[in-house]
Amino acid sequence: MHLTLGPILFHWPTRQWADFYARIADEAPVDRVVVGEVVCAKREPFQRPVLEQVVERLQAAGKEVMRASLALPTLPRERQELARLVEGRLLVEINDLTALRFLRREARFAVGPLVNVYNESTLRLLARRGAIRLCLPPELPLPSIEHLAAEARTLGVDIELWAFGRVPLAISGRCYHARLSGRSRDSCLLVCGRDADGLTVTTLDGEPIFALNGVQTLSAAWANLAGDVDILAKVGVSGLRLSPHSCDMVAVARIFRAVCDGRWTAEEALASLAELVPGVRFANGALAGMAGASWQLRSTARAGLEPRNPDRPAATRVPARPLPGREG
Amino acid sequence: MTGRRLELVCPAGTPAALRVAVDSGADAVYCGFADETNARNFPGLNFSRDELASAVAHAHSRGACVYVAVNTFPRAGAEALWQAAVADAAKAGADAVILADLGLVAHTAERHPGLRIHLSVQAAAANPDVINFWAENFGVKRVVLPRVLSVAEIAAINREIDIETEVFVFGGLCVMAEGRCALSSWLTGRSPNMHGVCSPPGHVSYGERANAMIARLGGYTLHTVERGRPAPYPTACKGCFHAGGTTGYLFAEPESLDAEPLLPALAAAGVAALKIEGRQRSRAYVAEVVGRFRRAVDALAAGRPLLASDLAHLSEGQATTAGAYDRAWR
Repeated sequence: MHLTLGPILFHWPTRQWADFYARIADEAPVDRVVVGEVVCAKREPFQRPVLEQVVERLQAAGKEVMRASLALPTLPRERQELARLVEGRLLVEINDLTALRFLRREARFAVGPLVNVYNESTLRLLARRGAIRLCLPPELPLPSIEHLAAEARTLGVDIELWAFGRVPLAISGRCYHARLSGRSRDSCLLVCGRDADGLTVTTLDGEPIFALNGVQTLSAAWANLAGDVDILAKVGVSGLRLSPHSCDMVAVARIFRAVCDGRWTAEEALASLAELVPGVRFANGALAGMAGASWQLRSTARAGLEPRNPDRPAATRVPARPLPGREG
Repeated sequence: MTGRRLELVCPAGTPAALRVAVDSGADAVYCGFADETNARNFPGLNFSRDELASAVAHAHSRGACVYVAVNTFPRAGAEALWQAAVADAAKAGADAVILADLGLVAHTAERHPGLRIHLSVQAAAANPDVINFWAENFGVKRVVLPRVLSVAEIAAINREIDIETEVFVFGGLCVMAEGRCALSSWLTGRSPNMHGVCSPPGHVSYGERANAMIARLGGYTLHTVERGRPAPYPTACKGCFHAGGTTGYLFAEPESLDAEPLLPALAAAGVAALKIEGRQRSRAYVAEVVGRFRRAVDALAAGRPLLASDLAHLSEGQATTAGAYDRAWR
């Protein structure tokens, strides 16, 4: 099972952005790293000055680096940027079908989780066009994943799943961060930069439900598939995607590496992740075809132990292990 | 594409609504089969195969077209259900199918080369490049534009493409790019893309607390109103929420789209067709809205002034907006 660090979905200051990747390069046991802006083109100039050095550092550390494309390009300059992106030297991860108009016939590319790949015909078509790996939409249930992974195997395409972090739920023309501060998108002053992990939206009862990230809406709960690794491997998923947050992502990557390699149990991994991001609610309900926000402790249920659907992972009862080191 | 009369595309949730829409002046009606293959998969709505065949015959006898929406994303391992829906629409004599999925569009272009394909709003095709991709590779003839674009942007798109554009002008308003939204899925496990439903009634509950009426979706409280007032339907993106010290409608006010005042601008922007949302609405609603837009489109074609809109009472929450057509909305 390979690990991919997804693109940073939030607007981080340039320095924090570059430092984050420097540490990932030096310490995180991930195989692939996707860099670049997905949510809003207005943030891109803040990454541009350091992008080249970040890419070089990650590559020097042995990571395969991919370049993300924008989720919903509409403006002429966004389309021009996309046309330039696909001509670059990095493998592009497309987040909108617009890129297919620009990609050369012989080009290889990756498909991000924001592209609607729900069935075998779509998968085949993208593979014929040059897709070599695909991160599936996070709302897919396990039976769909299994069908797609089986088809992907015959096509030689890697299938990856969103395994850690807030889940991207929607993209809009309207900027909710701007709206919240009484502005329009055109005059937003990049207020989304205040919230390094997005701004949690709660119900009137105070229950976390969503998170704002500019024009994007994410989940309040964070995906966590550390307890589902064995079943995912069994159905043919070949990679897990960890989505960057301001928590210790090196530790997150080490925990996932340890559980993927069988050195840690699912319960140990879940307990350590819960300790790493205190107060965060985890979710994995989409796999079972339930509300995405719900949580099901699969490994426990499968072992014939108590099935439950609590607000907090049952695994928090297992004491967290000291984090695995570089050599694991 | 300017200079042509705008085509009025109207909702038909049931065979009865289809007849009403046609009789009220629809140039075209859109409908779907009674299953998960279309994005309004609601109980009591939609058409059987036989009903579609008679509906097409009725519409054609009055000079109206019928478009069949097969605009959810086919489920892996079960694509045959969606492919059969396209084949049956073709067999019934539908004038076009409205599709969103890349695989299903490719299948339709290959197996039904004579069948006209319209790209659903669910495909979220929001720029000329991606629209041209669909047109060049699969012969798509019309794109229903996502509700994230301003009038100026629509005009710019029409300058760079050769196929028709259709835009929503009245009814429910999705604030997210459609086909790219999993809010309902997150709260209920049922989604527009997979099941053709958003915030479905089976996951809605109403309750009371102290002096308040509460509307919940998937157990989450989306509205709290004073006792005695009706709590609005809890649609995932239209709830009242709290964030960053503010409480309110953080995503969208409970208002619906009314772009009637913008018809001249949309016509000038090169739009070919106007779409009215509301396959889940009553026949009376369809008759009133279609009749009103029929008069407006005819007035526009004849160079007469448009009357002030009188449809606000038909709108969700009694308030209307021009949505993303007005840049400031964003």
